[in-house]
Amino acid sequence: MIGQRPALADLTKRIDAIPSVHRLTFDTESLGRWDSAFLTFVLGLVRYARNGQKEVDLAGLPAGVSGLIDLATAVAPHEEAAARVVRPSFVRIFGQACLDLARGTGRLMAFVGEAALSLGRLATGRARFRRSDLWLFIQQAGVDALPIVSLLSLLQGLTMAFLGAAQLKMFGAQVYVANLIGLSMAAEVGAVMTAIIMAGRTGAAYAAQIGTMQVNQEIDALKTMGLEPMDFLVLPRMLALILMMPLLYLYANLLGMLGGGLIAVTVLGMTGDQFANQLFHAVPLSVFVTGLIKSGVFGVLVALSGCMQGVNCGRSAAAVGDATTSAVVTAIVAIIIADGVFGVVAPPFSIQ
Amino acid sequence: MTAASREPIISVEGLTMAFGDFVVQKDLTFTVRRGDIFVIMGGSGCGKSTLLRHLIGLQAPAAGKVYYGTQSLWDAETEARLAILRRTGILYQSGALFTSMTLAENVALPLQLYTKLTPAEIGDIVSTKLALVGLAGYEDFFPSAISGGMVKRAGLARAMALDPEILFFDEPSAGLDPITSKRLDDLIIQLRDDLGATIVMVTHELPSIFAIADNSVFLDNVKRTATAGGDPREMIHNTRDPVVREFLTREGTFHENTPAPATALSPSAGAV
Repeated sequence: MIGQRPALADLTKRIDAIPSVHRLTFDTESLGRWDSAFLTFVLGLVRYARNGQKEVDLAGLPAGVSGLIDLATAVAPHEEAAARVVRPSFVRIFGQACLDLARGTGRLMAFVGEAALSLGRLATGRARFRRSDLWLFIQQAGVDALPIVSLLSLLQGLTMAFLGAAQLKMFGAQVYVANLIGLSMAAEVGAVMTAIIMAGRTGAAYAAQIGTMQVNQEIDALKTMGLEPMDFLVLPRMLALILMMPLLYLYANLLGMLGGGLIAVTVLGMTGDQFANQLFHAVPLSVFVTGLIKSGVFGVLVALSGCMQGVNCGRSAAAVGDATTSAVVTAIVAIIIADGVFGVVAPPFSIQ
Repeated sequence: MTAASREPIISVEGLTMAFGDFVVQKDLTFTVRRGDIFVIMGGSGCGKSTLLRHLIGLQAPAAGKVYYGTQSLWDAETEARLAILRRTGILYQSGALFTSMTLAENVALPLQLYTKLTPAEIGDIVSTKLALVGLAGYEDFFPSAISGGMVKRAGLARAMALDPEILFFDEPSAGLDPITSKRLDDLIIQLRDDLGATIVMVTHELPSIFAIADNSVFLDNVKRTATAGGDPREMIHNTRDPVVREFLTREGTFHENTPAPATALSPSAGAV
């Protein structure tokens, strides 16, 4: 074969066309330099010939090539391994997804159950974790979260008041902007917004922290030291969020209402007193109580999603990334569902 | 005292390890005696580390028993199992230090959990343990700020915190240069001799195996069971199994020309 190297498939077709060929030899006298593409070509030819019960004589090849061919054919391709990477059919993918869902739900239930047991151990004083960890998590989920919560709630209050005021003005009912801001912040926006901020901020951090500990065998080390990862890692994080979320909720309300007040005073020409009075009449205390309970529950959901994804994390960098992503997604889905449930079970006010 | 006369400290009987349907190793039976430096060896992927996970309570066997003395590890209640494991210390392959804690806090943790010592006493013990592994003065360093060899040694200090009877090592010299790994070997022998600990070690480093091991089990990754055991220096001469022979001689290129263990050590062994 002189000149351009033919495609392997073409060559084998041409060999197949001549049934009298039983033996392949190589003449590489005019071959100058060779590379991996040539090696791949020869290897393909050798495999083809051996499958077709033809003899191959490697003697004509440069010494390097025949040596590498021997190396590449020394170990037969791993059939089991090759069989394992077959493209799965649609039915198989669907079935696997269902099995994964069932397994995931089982893991979720088990994790929630273990978290409950852990809270039980806390109540009886048998849960072991470092108090200093708890204070650190409280700081991270509390004070450290204030700037972002301030920014978002203030802007939220400003925007809602501004948009609301434009509508209410048409009816000459500008004064009700206080009701609008007060009720929507206290009943809905305050709790849900802080929960979603914390899911993205703290829930994701929990998943990444615990996931990395899993990769680094730190969780194994805890277990063999006789420490429950549930008590040592999950419990202080959960407690920190249960304690801090209601406070953040109150803080977000304060800032949101402040933002609303700013609009009322500067754009609508109300006095601060008028706005405050209207606000106190508009929002009953019970709405705050529901809101506080709700944000505590959101805290549990954010902490559990973050920690669960971290604990179930695989042992690779990509797995930590996946765990973080699913922690945020799971937490937000859980928050929205729980918010819906609260809306039905404990509606903040009735429409009649 | 001959090896056989010492009491068994860990006995494994008919252990089968599996992930789902995939059997890693089956019918493993061997005994670790008090004071042994016991090596679990075999090719990559044969299940050495998995066996270690079964011994330290991280993975339950598919069949068979692991006895600590006369107590079966996996039949014990959680509390009893933790009590057994409290007599052990484990050095993980990556060190597995808690990265959010300083070296001192890492070593102090088991002491805070299981002793009634005052914080000052714990601090003193922590400094002693760190000094033993050559890390005096590194108390307030975080694991991310020290080298790989130092992480291993700090992990060892933590494993030794509660003066365990049995120390487990998962590939202690993996990723260490020859000198550091030699010094780690010396340290292991010294710990055995001076603290009276029993050592169980997963490794495939031939120099280490011949330098310090006095008992072993060989896991074959084709037959999926233990095919040899005993003192590796005797195994290399006595074995008829070609796989074991090739492993121990590095396909005939490695010679057991290491000095005799323990007695031939230099006194500077502590300065790892």
